[in-house]
Amino acid sequence: MSISWFKYSSPATFYGLAGTLAPWFAWSAGILAVIGLYIGFFVAPTDFQQGEAYRVIFIHVPAAWMSMFIYLVMAFWSAVGLAWNTRLSFMMARALAPTGAIFAFLSLWTGALWGKPMWGAWWVWDARLTSALILFFLYVGIMALWSAIDDRRRGDKAGALLILVGAINVPIIYFSVKWWNTLHQGASITPSGTSMDQIMLWGMLIMAIAAWLYTIAAALIRVRSIILESERQTEWVANILEHK
Amino acid sequence: MTTLATSEDMARVDDAFSPLRFLWTVIRRDILLAARRRGDWLTAQFFFVMVVSMFPLGIGPEPDVLRMVGPGVVWVAALLASLLSLPRLFAEDYRDGSLEQMLLSPEPTVLVTLGKSLAHWCIYGIPLLVITPILGVQFALPGEAIAVLVLSLLIGTPILSLLGSVGAALTLGLRGGGVLLTLLILPLYVPALIFGAGAVDAALSGVGYSAHLSLLAAFLVLTLMVAPWVAAAALKVSIE
Repeated sequence: MSISWFKYSSPATFYGLAGTLAPWFAWSAGILAVIGLYIGFFVAPTDFQQGEAYRVIFIHVPAAWMSMFIYLVMAFWSAVGLAWNTRLSFMMARALAPTGAIFAFLSLWTGALWGKPMWGAWWVWDARLTSALILFFLYVGIMALWSAIDDRRRGDKAGALLILVGAINVPIIYFSVKWWNTLHQGASITPSGTSMDQIMLWGMLIMAIAAWLYTIAAALIRVRSIILESERQTEWVANILEHK
Repeated sequence: MTTLATSEDMARVDDAFSPLRFLWTVIRRDILLAARRRGDWLTAQFFFVMVVSMFPLGIGPEPDVLRMVGPGVVWVAALLASLLSLPRLFAEDYRDGSLEQMLLSPEPTVLVTLGKSLAHWCIYGIPLLVITPILGVQFALPGEAIAVLVLSLLIGTPILSLLGSVGAALTLGLRGGGVLLTLLILPLYVPALIFGAGAVDAALSGVGYSAHLSLLAAFLVLTLMVAPWVAAAALKVSIE
């Protein structure tokens, strides 16, 4: 038996699938977030250097990861959309962008809260903070471009091109800012091992998975609205809206 | 018979050069248009001078402070001046329909975007290089630092024109195009700004500046390889 992968590349069939899947992702995201936050705030030991303030990493690090991953996923969908001209890919990119912007903002916000007790300043012009800020600007620019273009096809493709140019530019921005100034603590999780307590690591990984699931759920819910909006002239959408 | 053969050969030679000739035509046309409407492009230059001159009024006349902020101020003003002049890159040809004619020509669209970016650099970038030494003196920069500043702008301003052409093509004909262009392109300018202003800072503090300039040149090469193609794709999206 072969699975028909392309069946769900049509907005009409994907609309139903997204509706079925979204609650599962949303609920598991919620449950994992509760577990992760419980570990983060009550189980994990106090850090001997940073005290209690370090606990913000249970939100900060997953948010920072997600803000970067979401950009990559958007770049992936944009490339797919431009290569095969599939409408759903562009819709996925559109659905992901607000979540990415929220996570980028959240990582900046929590970074500031962390920076105050650690460095004695809400904001420092350090490499990672600055590149996170520029990533946030990129998200804002992409969403501004989409909202300025009324024609859907043009908006899809223009946004995709901008996302791809940004994707080429993001590593360059990161390294240029890194050479420019560095103060941020080194990455705690490296491929060779971690400098963290086991339980802290678990809490952070659970929170990261929760962030993933939340992103998927939010994107699925948002892509359903985008599908309805862009297919509003079709019969199947009219049927759905009538039966609601 | 022989004469016929040679004239065919001539035609073939001509064909091999026709992309270059097309590129040259695009560049020459834009420069000619700019030369006939001086007011248009002089605005960007005066904008550059005025923005830079506002900074000493805002932060005070101490030469030490000015020397410290000078390179960054000049560079940021150069970014803003390029963004100010970029919305016009395709807009007027789009309005009178000549842009569509260019896209209909058998030559690849990338030559149009490359040619227009290069013309934009000639119109906006080169005068900037001429003005910059005067502004450098205003900011109490020593001679060597001014030389490095001009050199960094020489390598850096083509990047601004090339990357900017992507934004100009994406925002062609949109409402609020100018501000939107700034939002889209300013984050992408960051590496050029860092390496460009960094080179002058390095020269001021006496450490080697060649690394910054090499990185800036590498960024220029990368931009040259990518931006005209993306801008061509964007132009097709915007016009279709």
